[in-house]
Amino acid sequence: MTTTTSTPRAVDVAAAGDVPERGRLVVEIDGTTTVGIFRFGGRLYAWENRCAHQGGPACQGRIISRVRERLDEGKRSLGLRFDEDTMHVVCPWHGYEYDVTTGRHPGVPGASLRSFPVVEEEGRIRVTV
Amino acid sequence: MTSVRRLPTQEITTATDTREILANARRDTEFYGLDDYFIVDVDSHHVELDSWPEILGYLDSPVMRDTASQMMRNWPQASHLALHNHPPGLTMQDVSGRIPHQASLGESTPDVGSGAERDVTLVRRAMDAMSIDVQVVFPQPMLETGLHPQPEVATALLQAYNRWFTAEVLPREPRIRTMLGLPFENPDACLATIEEFADTPGVIGFLVTSQRHAGVHRNAYMPVYRELERRGLPIGFHAGPNQADTMTSTMNRFLSAHAMSFVTCNMTHMTNWVVNGIPERFPGLRTIWIESGLAWLPFMMQRLDHEYSMRQSDAPLLTRPPSHYIREMYYTSQPMEWTDDKLLAATLEAIDAENTLMYSSDWPHWDFDVPGRIAALPFVSEHGKRNILGETARKVFSLGG
Repeated sequence: MTTTTSTPRAVDVAAAGDVPERGRLVVEIDGTTTVGIFRFGGRLYAWENRCAHQGGPACQGRIISRVRERLDEGKRSLGLRFDEDTMHVVCPWHGYEYDVTTGRHPGVPGASLRSFPVVEEEGRIRVTV
Repeated sequence: MTSVRRLPTQEITTATDTREILANARRDTEFYGLDDYFIVDVDSHHVELDSWPEILGYLDSPVMRDTASQMMRNWPQASHLALHNHPPGLTMQDVSGRIPHQASLGESTPDVGSGAERDVTLVRRAMDAMSIDVQVVFPQPMLETGLHPQPEVATALLQAYNRWFTAEVLPREPRIRTMLGLPFENPDACLATIEEFADTPGVIGFLVTSQRHAGVHRNAYMPVYRELERRGLPIGFHAGPNQADTMTSTMNRFLSAHAMSFVTCNMTHMTNWVVNGIPERFPGLRTIWIESGLAWLPFMMQRLDHEYSMRQSDAPLLTRPPSHYIREMYYTSQPMEWTDDKLLAATLEAIDAENTLMYSSDWPHWDFDVPGRIAALPFVSEHGKRNILGETARKVFSLGG
C-alpha cells in the first residue's frame, strides 16, 4: 500500500521552531502521505502516520516516556517509573507505542513505523517523500 | 506544485471527531474495495451511561424510579450511575489516556437533542468511516449486569434499557440493529422480554451477558432456549471483564484480567452448553459467542474432546465429540489474535471460519478491529472474506437483501 510517488523529493514542511523539543508536527503532503515529525534530544525524526498494527494514525497519539519497572537487588518489584531518557508516541487506535528515535515498538519485534529522511537547514525542516 | 497541510488535529483526544479518529480506515476501504462488500458489524457499542437519566425514566417500578431519582439528586457523581454496578476496573481500559476513544467519545454533535440522538449520530459516523452497512449495537457497562448484587435491580435496569433502546434508538436508524440483553437471573422475565421485543424492528436476537454465575444448563432456562429456537432468533453470549473473581483477584494488571476474564466467562458457558447437550436439545437454535476472540476455541475443542472420549457417560446427550458442536456454532471475530500466521490459520480452519465467523469491530473499545483486518487475511478465500464480513451474518440474522 504505497502512499508516495516514485520520485523522492525534499519538501519544505515547516519552520524549525514549529517542532519544539519533545514536540511534534503532523503534516499531509500532496494529499497522499501523512508524516509525523518529532524532536527529541535536539534531533528530528520523521515517520509515516500509519501504525504497523492496523494502520491507525500513530503519530497523532499521546507523547509519553517509556514505562519501566524497577527491581531491587533481590528482584523484588519497586513499582513503575517513567524513563525520561525516552520519548514514545502511542497510536491512539490501539496503544501501539513507538520510540520516536527508532520508530520501533519496544516489545514487538518487527513492529515499526516507516521512516522518511528529514533535515533541518537554515531554520527550515525538509522531509524527503 | 507540492502542497503541505498541517493536520488540524495534531493529537487525537477524547474531543476528536469519530470520523477524524477513523480517517485512516478509508485507506483500507480504497485498497481492498470494501465499499463493494456487504459489511455487517456484529458487535459494537454505544455508551448507555451518557443517556442514563433518560434510560432510568423507563423504569417500570415507581419505587425503583424514586430510588434512582434520589440517588441522582443526592449522591455526587451518581447522576449517570444510579442503581448501576459499574466496576471500577473498567476505567483502566484506556491505558492511562493512551487510547482516548475508549474513555469517551466527547466530540461535538451539534443540533442533537437527546442522548439517543447523539448515540445515533456517533454510530453513523463510525459506520461511515469503516464502510459498515449494518451495525449491531450493544451497551457497555451494562454487560456487567450479571454481577449486579441485586438481581431484581439488574432485571429492572435491563427492561428499562431495552424499552429505551427500542423506542429511542432503533427507530432513528434502520442500519442499527441489536440483540437485547436477557434478564438471565429470572427465566420468566427472559420469556417476557422475548415476548415483548421479538417482533420489534431492529431486534435480531437476544443476549446473555456472560459475566455471571448462573449455569446455562439449568432446567429453568430450557423454555427460554425453546422459545428462541421456535422464533428462529439467535442467542448470543457476550463476554465481559471481571477483575474480582477468584482467578482474576490474583492479577495485578488490567492486561492480565482483561486477557483472561473476557475468555474464561465464555469458556465456562460453552463447556456447560456443550457437555449438557443443549445443541442436541435445540438443534435449530443458532448460538453466537461474542467478544472472546478466537484463540480459545482450538483449546476448547481439544480439551473437551480429549476428556469426552474417556468420560462419555458424563455427557450422555452427545452423539459426537464436543468439537463437532463447537464447529457448528457462530463467532464474532474481534479481538482477532493475529500474532502468528500459522496459529491463526489453524484456528480459522478449526472453527470452519469461512462459514461460522462474523466480523465485529467492537468499536469504540480499545482493542477494536477495522474491517480491513478481515480483508487482509492471506489464508482466507475471497468467498470466505465476503462471508465473514457480512454474508454469514446476513444468513444468521435473516437480514435479507
